[in-house]
Amino acid sequence: MTNGWTDVANADVVLVMGGNPAENHPVGFRFVMEARRKRKAKLVVVDPRFNRTATVADCFVPIRAGSDIAFLGGLIHYALSNDKFQAEYVRQHTNAAFLVKEGYGFEDGHFSGWDAEAKRYDKSTWAYEVDGQGYAKVDPSLEHPRSVFQLMRKHYARYTPEVVAAICGCTKEDFLKAAEMVTVAAANDKSGTVLYALGWTQHSHSVQLIHAAAVVQLLMGNIGMPGGGVNAQRGHANIQGSTDMGAWNMLPGYLKLPRANWATLDEYVKANTPKPLRPDSLNYWSNTSKFMVSLLKAYYGEKATAANGYGYNWLPKAGENDNHSWGFLFDRMHRGGMEGLISFGMNPVANGPNTEKMIGALSKLKWLIVAENFETETAAFWRARELADEYYPDSGEASKIQTEVFLLPAACFAEKDGAFVNSSRWLQWKEAAVDPPGEALRDQEIIARLFLKIRELNEKEGGAGAEPLRNMSWNYANPLSPSLVEVAREVNGRETGTLRQLNGFGELKDDGSTVCGNWLYSGSYTEAGNMMARRGQDDPTGLGLYPNYSWSWPANRRVLYNRASLDHEGKPWDATRAPIRWNGTRWSGDAADYKADAAPQAHGAFLMLPEGVAKLFTPDFAEGPFPEHYEPAESPVENALHPKVSFNPAAFVMDKLGAAAEFPYVGLTYRLTEHFHYWTKHIASSSELQSRFFVEVPHDLAVEKKIASGDMVRVSSARGKVEGPALVTKRIPGLKVSGKTVYQIGLPIHWGWLGKVTGPLINNLTASVFDPNSGTPEYKGFLVNLEKIS
Amino acid sequence: MHTVAKLIDTTLCIGCKACEVACQTWNDQEFTLGTFDGSYQTLPDLAPNFWNLIKFNEFERGGKLSWLMSKYQCMHCVDPGCLRACPAPGAIVHLKNGIVDFNHDNCIGCGYCITGCPFDVPRLSPTTKKVYKCSLCSDRTAVGLEPACIKTCPTNCLTFGTREDLLEKAQSRTAELQADGVAAAGVYNPAGVGGTHVLYVLANAARPEDYGLPRDPSVPLAVRLWKGPVKWLGSLVVAGGILGAFFHYVRYGPKKEHADAE
Repeated sequence: MTNGWTDVANADVVLVMGGNPAENHPVGFRFVMEARRKRKAKLVVVDPRFNRTATVADCFVPIRAGSDIAFLGGLIHYALSNDKFQAEYVRQHTNAAFLVKEGYGFEDGHFSGWDAEAKRYDKSTWAYEVDGQGYAKVDPSLEHPRSVFQLMRKHYARYTPEVVAAICGCTKEDFLKAAEMVTVAAANDKSGTVLYALGWTQHSHSVQLIHAAAVVQLLMGNIGMPGGGVNAQRGHANIQGSTDMGAWNMLPGYLKLPRANWATLDEYVKANTPKPLRPDSLNYWSNTSKFMVSLLKAYYGEKATAANGYGYNWLPKAGENDNHSWGFLFDRMHRGGMEGLISFGMNPVANGPNTEKMIGALSKLKWLIVAENFETETAAFWRARELADEYYPDSGEASKIQTEVFLLPAACFAEKDGAFVNSSRWLQWKEAAVDPPGEALRDQEIIARLFLKIRELNEKEGGAGAEPLRNMSWNYANPLSPSLVEVAREVNGRETGTLRQLNGFGELKDDGSTVCGNWLYSGSYTEAGNMMARRGQDDPTGLGLYPNYSWSWPANRRVLYNRASLDHEGKPWDATRAPIRWNGTRWSGDAADYKADAAPQAHGAFLMLPEGVAKLFTPDFAEGPFPEHYEPAESPVENALHPKVSFNPAAFVMDKLGAAAEFPYVGLTYRLTEHFHYWTKHIASSSELQSRFFVEVPHDLAVEKKIASGDMVRVSSARGKVEGPALVTKRIPGLKVSGKTVYQIGLPIHWGWLGKVTGPLINNLTASVFDPNSGTPEYKGFLVNLEKIS
Repeated sequence: MHTVAKLIDTTLCIGCKACEVACQTWNDQEFTLGTFDGSYQTLPDLAPNFWNLIKFNEFERGGKLSWLMSKYQCMHCVDPGCLRACPAPGAIVHLKNGIVDFNHDNCIGCGYCITGCPFDVPRLSPTTKKVYKCSLCSDRTAVGLEPACIKTCPTNCLTFGTREDLLEKAQSRTAELQADGVAAAGVYNPAGVGGTHVLYVLANAARPEDYGLPRDPSVPLAVRLWKGPVKWLGSLVVAGGILGAFFHYVRYGPKKEHADAE
């Protein structure tokens, strides 16, 4: 979240799209209800289903899964063509005025630079026109035909309410009602928030979808404003922390993964330190070297020196264009290209796309280590045929699978201390409630024991990676079980000489004199103690920022980009709702997203970006500088905007796809409030609340197929099938899409072959189709068929 | 003295079922498999080991789709039909704070209370042969804690307080809703049972049955007669109870005062 849960109460309009907080974030949803009661906020819900969030909405618009960019593009068009955007904000705080190079264009579904052979874009035309010093040229009047503003206006001119209705399957009237409510936030004294979750992130165009939301929010002047922002509702107590601490393409703190073409630290730093694109840009990533060197010092301690590039050479490097995201990883495994897998807090058989492919991939491994609270489907993948033969009759016989599986009992969250990082970016420290049962160990102990054993074997027997293993810093009081306090202190960072804990990332150096495990978390564990354990409930701004409750990254900032809540001169857009104020010498209020002692006019409001302003147009993503509507990989209709390029040309497809003739309905997966992922089927109370897998069938389709609630039905796709009782409902209406009725089938996840309650794994149906930027599978909007069994 | 009450603002309920889990957990109910009846509801109805049920009601009226969620449990009537019907002295206790509590030591499992209840709440267990229902967490309220369902509710749909305060709160919330354009909003506090200690704010008070609530509940006539013209029979039973209590007193000494919550 750019803002946070408590801040949602400051909104005047709440757009919930691609999420269902009433069911999936019920505790956070109280702040939506608070906004409704205290500010008379309007709640707009746009979703394929009339879900529990929709039941309390002021406006509900049903749309087809995978059509969200068309809807948001429609909002952009509506705002621009009806003068319902915050013009001064757009002029001052976005790149609307920047001029784009000649040669940029968009035609028939392709942006300029498409390389049909390589199946990727050459992005050289997605760039600004620059002057002699390398600064982007601007036209503050926004009238230049190549200004981002005019190009944006032109790009979205196609997204008329009629086109939106035809693509999304909603009525024009419903769209216009929603558009009117959402764009109320264009007024200086109104804020609107956007809440989303996996309904946006699980598409083959998901990153562009969120980009589209950012464009809408920038046009409304909602970024940096209390009650505004683009807010991801994270689905797991600590998934935000897991992203912050690194992923397949990131080191901690969103530092880029080292790649083979950056052979030395200098080359890495050079490639990852952007140049400012405007004279007043602070360009905070110019500090990349400080973040990276301090991280290397945390990895390699005293062994990391200036002479050896702080051990940069010991880090593994990916090939220049290698992709190690989920889809590629399992595809490689499936082709026999991997030896082993360590799976912690993760159940790939249940949550990966195309379950049969996951099972096939794991059975090609030599070894598999699973550390879990329960025996999961992944740990028991070799029993698929025995446990769920109706779904995997062709999977191998257990005796023929050679994979050696180690199931390590691991402590659950309540048996560990440490910090949870919630959707609001708050690091909340917690204590262990009880000791782990039996032989279960805490994660850090499992990792430490594995690491120390591997190092010992490597020393004795030799092998690859001797240097990084030997040089890894492991100075914990009990090396076999590092305490999380020790780790948290190391992540915060300290001076190497004095061992003084740092107050924040502003103190980081690139000369080896500071250690820091994640620059974004610097300030969380200072000399004053564990800031994450704070529980102060004072609220000096009255905006629900609670600066002394836990600790928020970065720098305890509660509203990201809060400098944009004021105009260039430092005057708040809304004086009743200013998170920060300039007193002539310093900023007060929330931790300013700005230099603490810089006057309002000194820099652009968006410090992290080389532009100094927010980007409506950006070359950052794989499939275009503006978000464009593409159909899902499997769609019942052609793309109404450009039938020849129906699907995102840059997305990754690694599976067999079905056609609408055989699989005429749209499948959507989702979560129920009663369960958490594939875990709580092991828990009595959750299992009691929703015991049985079911399939939600639109009422009119059920009539057509003579299906009544409780009848057993089979849902099949080009990958597999699931079976369960039907729940016939009017909550998933049939939609008129380009003149054709499209039905969507509701498929709650949560079941599997192991637990107190069992049922089919929903990913039997889904396809290995991935967003090209995030590598997230397309779990929403794929083609299925529906049959009545009995 | 002030009596206690629970206010359920159905306009804030999102059907998350946290109250169901809180109720099951606090009351140490054993795990039972839910049944699937074509809705999101955990069970089709209340059960001897399931006292707090969110009812889901999906319906279309005038082309408008509604999906209502509403919490269902003992209403803790001011004039409890169950108590009127109960022949077993001390099995049903009307606490001074307004809570209608069952004392299972005294329950004889006759099921008369089920007949007496206009809300169809008490459930007879086939295994223990005793009747069960929500106690408004009399064990928590006795020590100044709010009931478990209210403690856990994430949207503030549930509140706990004195009946007077909550009646006032329900009225002001109704006014607020009406001002927001929900013209049919109203309070559910049925007069047929003398009012209840579980109060509802309904968006459409003219149709309580949409929320699974009876439109005009009252204690059945037969049950009224039971303590009316046939009172002598009841009196005999009561006299027996008093006599029993007297002997109990002589033998075991005075009983400790009920620690009623304010």
